[in-house]
Amino acid sequence: MSRLAVPKTYKLFIGGKFPRSESGRTTEILSPTGTFIANVAKASRKDARDAVVAARAAWSGWSGATAYNRGQVLYRVAEMLEGRAEQFVAEIVEATGVTPAVARTEVMAAIDTLVWHAGWTDKFAQVHGGANPVAGPFFNLSVPESTGVVALVAPSTAESSLLGLVSSIAPALTTGNVVVALASESAPCAAMTFAEVLSTSDVPGGVVNILTGDVAEVAPWLASHADVNALDLTGADTALALECERAAAETLKRVVRPGAFGPTESAFERIAAFVETKTVWHTKSLA
Amino acid sequence: MSFRNYAPAPESTAILNLRKSYGLYIGGEWVDGHGGSMTTISPATEMPIAEISLADSSDIDRAVSAARTSYDTVWSRMSGSERGKYLFRIARLLQERAREFAVAETLDNGKPIRETRDIDIPLVAAWFFHYAGWADKLDYAGLGVNPRSLGVAGQIIPWNFPLLMLAWKVAPALAAGNTVVLKPAETTPLTALLFVEICEQAGLPAGVVNIVPGLGEVAGKALVEHTGINKIAFTGSTAVGRQIARTLAGTDTRLTLELGGKGANIVFDDAAVDEAIEGIITGIFFNQGHVCCAGSRLLVQENIHDEIVEKLTRRLATLRLGDPLDKNTDIGAINSKEQLERITAISATGEAEGAHRWTLDCPVPDKGFWFRPTVFTNVSTSNTVARDEIFGPVLSVLTFRTPDEAIAKANNTPYGLSAGIWTQNASRMLRVADQLRAGVIWANTFNQFDPTSPFGGFKESGFGREGGRHGLSAYLATGGAR
Amino acid sequence: MTETSDDVLALRAARLYYDESKTQDEIGDLLGITRWKAGRLLALARDSGIVSISIVDSTSEADVHAVDGILATERSRAHGVTDSTSLRAFVHGLPAVDAIGLEERAARLATRSIKNDSKRAALDTIIRLIDLTTLEGADTEGKVRSLVQKALLPDPADPTAPRVAAVCVYPDMVRHAIAALGTRVGDGVTGIAVASVATAFPSGRSTLEVKIADTRYAVAQGATEIDMVIDRGAFLSGDLDTVFNEIVAIRRACERADGTRAHLKVIFETGELRTYDNIKRASWLAILAGADFIKTSTGKVQPAATLPVTVLMLEVVRDWFVLTGERIGVKPAGGIRQSKDAIRYLVAVAEVAGEEWIHPHLFRFGASSLLNDVLLQRQKMTTGHYSGPDYVTVD
Repeated sequence: MSRLAVPKTYKLFIGGKFPRSESGRTTEILSPTGTFIANVAKASRKDARDAVVAARAAWSGWSGATAYNRGQVLYRVAEMLEGRAEQFVAEIVEATGVTPAVARTEVMAAIDTLVWHAGWTDKFAQVHGGANPVAGPFFNLSVPESTGVVALVAPSTAESSLLGLVSSIAPALTTGNVVVALASESAPCAAMTFAEVLSTSDVPGGVVNILTGDVAEVAPWLASHADVNALDLTGADTALALECERAAAETLKRVVRPGAFGPTESAFERIAAFVETKTVWHTKSLA
Repeated sequence: MSFRNYAPAPESTAILNLRKSYGLYIGGEWVDGHGGSMTTISPATEMPIAEISLADSSDIDRAVSAARTSYDTVWSRMSGSERGKYLFRIARLLQERAREFAVAETLDNGKPIRETRDIDIPLVAAWFFHYAGWADKLDYAGLGVNPRSLGVAGQIIPWNFPLLMLAWKVAPALAAGNTVVLKPAETTPLTALLFVEICEQAGLPAGVVNIVPGLGEVAGKALVEHTGINKIAFTGSTAVGRQIARTLAGTDTRLTLELGGKGANIVFDDAAVDEAIEGIITGIFFNQGHVCCAGSRLLVQENIHDEIVEKLTRRLATLRLGDPLDKNTDIGAINSKEQLERITAISATGEAEGAHRWTLDCPVPDKGFWFRPTVFTNVSTSNTVARDEIFGPVLSVLTFRTPDEAIAKANNTPYGLSAGIWTQNASRMLRVADQLRAGVIWANTFNQFDPTSPFGGFKESGFGREGGRHGLSAYLATGGAR
Repeated sequence: MTETSDDVLALRAARLYYDESKTQDEIGDLLGITRWKAGRLLALARDSGIVSISIVDSTSEADVHAVDGILATERSRAHGVTDSTSLRAFVHGLPAVDAIGLEERAARLATRSIKNDSKRAALDTIIRLIDLTTLEGADTEGKVRSLVQKALLPDPADPTAPRVAAVCVYPDMVRHAIAALGTRVGDGVTGIAVASVATAFPSGRSTLEVKIADTRYAVAQGATEIDMVIDRGAFLSGDLDTVFNEIVAIRRACERADGTRAHLKVIFETGELRTYDNIKRASWLAILAGADFIKTSTGKVQPAATLPVTVLMLEVVRDWFVLTGERIGVKPAGGIRQSKDAIRYLVAVAEVAGEEWIHPHLFRFGASSLLNDVLLQRQKMTTGHYSGPDYVTVD
């Protein structure tokens, strides 16, 4: 073995591109045994700001796409992930020290989570919305619409460096939200490899943005950002969650508190957490 | 004699049987509060109605504990169908005593008897009737598996629709199996206290509904901060909503907020003009504009601006302002001196900022709090009257040239509660409705409410919905135990 | 090939010109001649008697049939309505009506509470605005005479009860009404007007000649007001020209030899037009064609007058006034039987069109049984106790 390996440079994922942090900072990621794995970008508040701008720009297209189209795009992500499953298994094993079997279970669950959500896109509005039989000559319909830009702190346990991220992102995407995700701080590599999957699938640039680095440093900037509509704090610790929720109160963001859902839980309610019910009344007559 | 000088047609207050003073209603008993007392007055005459005892934090403590006991021992153990029957009883009793409640509400709030009689009180009964039927059907609400109550709900309601807001809060909470501690608004506690009589006539178990009048900074604050509460539901200003959200950060207390708005009412040039005029008036002059979902920003297509303003002001001249108890009154009293001062101040600012002010030329009574219907034209999007919620009978008229511009201007606000669309083009209507960021959109109508129809806002207008099965979700947990 | 004679060519040219509405250019092309030649041939046709042109009396039905398009009126011309195309464009360019909003507006007006002095005044006003009507196949001289007596003295027990505005009868009953009224015939204010339905009332299904004759007869008999029906079939089939021209023709037929004219009320039969959009269009069309009053119904079709329909028509006359300064009258007819309903109409008149319309020249109730209910209410207000049907006269 004389060939020297070519290690990957992990960067951020913003607006469909892979920029370095504007701050120029990186963090050294070590395996549980202390081996150097990679330098990942340490995102700054300005990277978070850029990610929100990219997300907002992508929102009208993604939320305006047909539900069928969103379903196909999510399913495509699952396909791409399946194709690169072994790569993820290897990365997770290296980064978290779990056995390959455990890692494989996580990757398969992530794929299945994407498939589950892909199937929800064109059913959610039917289940969550509906006709309201008001006592008057009106056509009255309630439909769920995406909340907008969702900032999320991905769960950070060893078993969820990929699945936790996917379980947070997928419900938001299902209904047309766009996402700025803060990857697991301790095991961010799988998240950035997942970004590669996203960028080579059909997800439009900016729909998902992934930042790595010091979560506690960046999350409050997202929580207080006036152009962020909702927060998923599933992966935040108590102190960070409190700080973020207080900041979010200033612009009345929708907040999913830690513990509201399990770190890798998929649930109808989790999709429902980031929708706005819009009710439209229209007069009905023969005039 | 002018035909339109209709002779006075006041609704009699003889139907009311009010007490001189009211305490707090906690655990099925009337008790004195420890937060002092205040006199609730009629804003139309400034005459006192009754002395109201106020809650302090110790009273809130007692109320929460009564609600908890009742939740643990009675209400959470009762079958849904039995709970529902209590709510059906309440709905029926409210219908029987509807006139009495309408008079009391008009007296305490200042809104016209026509509205309390034809809108507020019928909707109150309808709300209880609707949610009564949900109590034993929660599994079918489509909100998730294993629906279950949360516990004790703290509810804080505003003064603009006092009893209706009580119904919006209490009915779904009880149907879902929660008990409640409700704080009515400072200036309008009367009908909430009369509602106690309904609960007692219905035989509702003690402690299921607790009514605690009090000051926002005292009783409201204590309720929000109380650790024995599982859920806070608040309707009121965005500023207070923010404060509540901040207070509850880091807790397990669930929260829904129904806050302010600056609704756009968009009139396209193909609209049914005369009906649009009526809708504009309903949009902003219903309940003196004390409506969070009011259509306070009129967006008119530029090519019909003059015609609309001309027709609007002509029509406004037929509105009758005065004694809210008179059946012919269209515009009642402003709810309080403070609110009147606020409306007056913002209107002065709007004028100073260059908007052209039109005010209805009508007499106002000597006593009480009154504000003549006002329309601002030549309003720039940056004008205070185009941006701030006024919560009064003040309309700002802006123009647009294309549907895209209408949508952009309508959405250009941190609020997102309501909007109106006036067009005869159904395709355009649906597309514009899609694009508007607002929770309730009225097309060719405005300010319609129904217990089956979810109501609530986008963005800083709050979160959560009231009405229909969506309204239940605020008072239910679902899914596996977490 | 023989030369076609000019006589034959003149005949062909005349056919093409007068029967087929070809231009002289087109005739030239068709006959292979110049258009100047075509012009000369047409002149020849007239001079030689192949074509005879007669100028008919303007009140004749003939010009209505002969006209290509519409008989534009002073009013219609002032609003650019000069032909079929502009009439259609005008009528279809009107803003739409939202039925639910209109009905809500009407329901809201109906919540006005009219009490005490206002009610007393309203009851008397209602009587002054009534077109007391009998339109039965069984009508006789006696019935009409009795109706006239009721019109003159609605409440024999209370001479302070005002007179009604008009009696409304079939054309052949007009002379009986005139005879019974004698010198008390007037315009609804100066005396009691005599209104007659005409134009093959109530269906309107006859030829224009018959309708014009019907109208002329009623006017000749002394009718001061004509209540005509529009051709609903024509309206619904989109033939607005016919509807328009008939109104113009009937208005002309209302003219008397002395240059005065019976007032024209145009009935839409709103229960057959069905939609508010149709009623709005018919209202504008009738006004442009020359209506003095627009009227909802014959009373023979259900639904007859409704408050929303009347509100809509009041909005139209209000808009016409804003546009021109001219006030057109409105007459709801049929189905208004109770005082409290009539009071709601008065509220609508006052609040939608304006109080100026509460006048016999601008608003009428077409009703038969309404009067007795108003009288019962008046008696109640006078005596303080409820009255009964035996205390008003059955006529």
